Amino acid sequence: MDFSIIADNIDVYLLGLKNTLILVSLSLAIGLVFAIPLAVLRTSKNIFISGPINAYTYFFRGTPLLVQMFLIYYGMGQFESIKTSFLWIFFKEAYFCALFAFTLNTCAYTIEIIRGAIENTPHGEVEAAKAAGMSWYLRFTRIILPSSFRRALPTYGNEIIFMLHGSSLASVITIIDITGAARIINSRYYSPYEAYLTAGAFYLTITFILVWLLKKLEYRWLAHLRRE
Amino acid sequence: MKKILSALIVLSLVLAAGNGFAKDWKKIRVGVEGAYPPFSFLTPDQKLDGFDIDMAKAIVAAAGGEIELVISDWDGIIPGLLAKKFDCIVASMSITEERKKAVAFTNKYYQTPAKFVVKKGAIKEFSKEAIKGKSVGVQRATIHDQYLTDNYGKDVEVKRYGTQDEVYLDIAAGRIDMFLADIIAAKEGFIEKPEGKDFQFIGPDLTDVKWFGEGAGIACRKEDKDLIKKLNDAIQKIRKDGTYKKIQDKYFDFDIYGK
Repeated sequence: MDFSIIADNIDVYLLGLKNTLILVSLSLAIGLVFAIPLAVLRTSKNIFISGPINAYTYFFRGTPLLVQMFLIYYGMGQFESIKTSFLWIFFKEAYFCALFAFTLNTCAYTIEIIRGAIENTPHGEVEAAKAAGMSWYLRFTRIILPSSFRRALPTYGNEIIFMLHGSSLASVITIIDITGAARIINSRYYSPYEAYLTAGAFYLTITFILVWLLKKLEYRWLAHLRRE
Repeated sequence: MKKILSALIVLSLVLAAGNGFAKDWKKIRVGVEGAYPPFSFLTPDQKLDGFDIDMAKAIVAAAGGEIELVISDWDGIIPGLLAKKFDCIVASMSITEERKKAVAFTNKYYQTPAKFVVKKGAIKEFSKEAIKGKSVGVQRATIHDQYLTDNYGKDVEVKRYGTQDEVYLDIAAGRIDMFLADIIAAKEGFIEKPEGKDFQFIGPDLTDVKWFGEGAGIACRKEDKDLIKKLNDAIQKIRKDGTYKKIQDKYFDFDIYGK
């Protein structure tokens, strides 16, 4: 066991940490922004509106993230029509492909999380809003969505952590994230134990901070459920 | 009850010890990569084939053993050997000082230089200046990776891949500007294939012993000195009896053993 190789190469890990944080936070943020309206539409009774969204979440929740990433990274490179179009400027970059795959993936999960929370809104809350004469839009923005977000928070917290761990797949398509850094160190010094243990420590620390933040947020948002 | 228990313990100790000592190398498990044409690849019906594979079979046969081929990812192949998933590695692994810290090598069984590959006409004359800022693909944890990182790491964007095949895919897709690889692997695996027709070699043949070592050898665990001796004798034997040349001629039209 020789952890001096980690100390000597800490800059590789820091670069990995930076890339992991950027990839995960960007994909989560973009995914969430798209997931909220799509989740609302997903609850629509009109099958032409909810159907395509349903198909989308079904595909992305039903296939492994690694397969989705390979489809986007290597799959897109197979088509001449894509390679000669302006789209290739984006799909040429491994970084974009990873971000694209992660965003589509987390968006699908987030849609289902929010949809579940929307559909589980206590009927009384909705009826009270109707009785107060609120329009559909007002009902959603003032009553149903805020209440759903509160209830979805613990589940969404899990999704954040899953996404962080899922992001380790980025290392497969040449991106140097935390796992990618560990693979470089492992391949240079043939010491998988030190290399991956360090990567694990990084993930553990991020997860620890995330869990702490989520706990704080839950404490505030779910104040009405606190027992004191 | 106690007697039975202690008898069992003694028995298991004897068995464990026997396992450790009586390695007669009747069966030799060989770690191979299976993603490095023409040295090691899977045929469409998922059978291993290639120069390394034929070499492994011939060498193990000459050593009087029975072979079992085990496929391993490249960057897990040395850890796999150390974890006793197999007994030796026949995977075009170059004998380098770095690797000697972890494993022991037999004498070389072939030696070829490394070279850069680039799109035809993209670079007129090779120099450090000419390739500045280019993205260069390389297989992770190879001598080529080490050489590129040490010599051009600050000037070019190094893109590391799990297998050589992925490097070929991405240069054909235009994601990287050039790659560094073994000259034979690049020629047979890419340049002579339809997708590699627009690409060419550039720069000098790279053979610097510091990075490229003394050729490709068979890696074994350091403690298995008897196996290394057996394999060295076997390499010499197939060199002498013509088996080596027969396998070489199947794949190459020149002497791959080197000087």
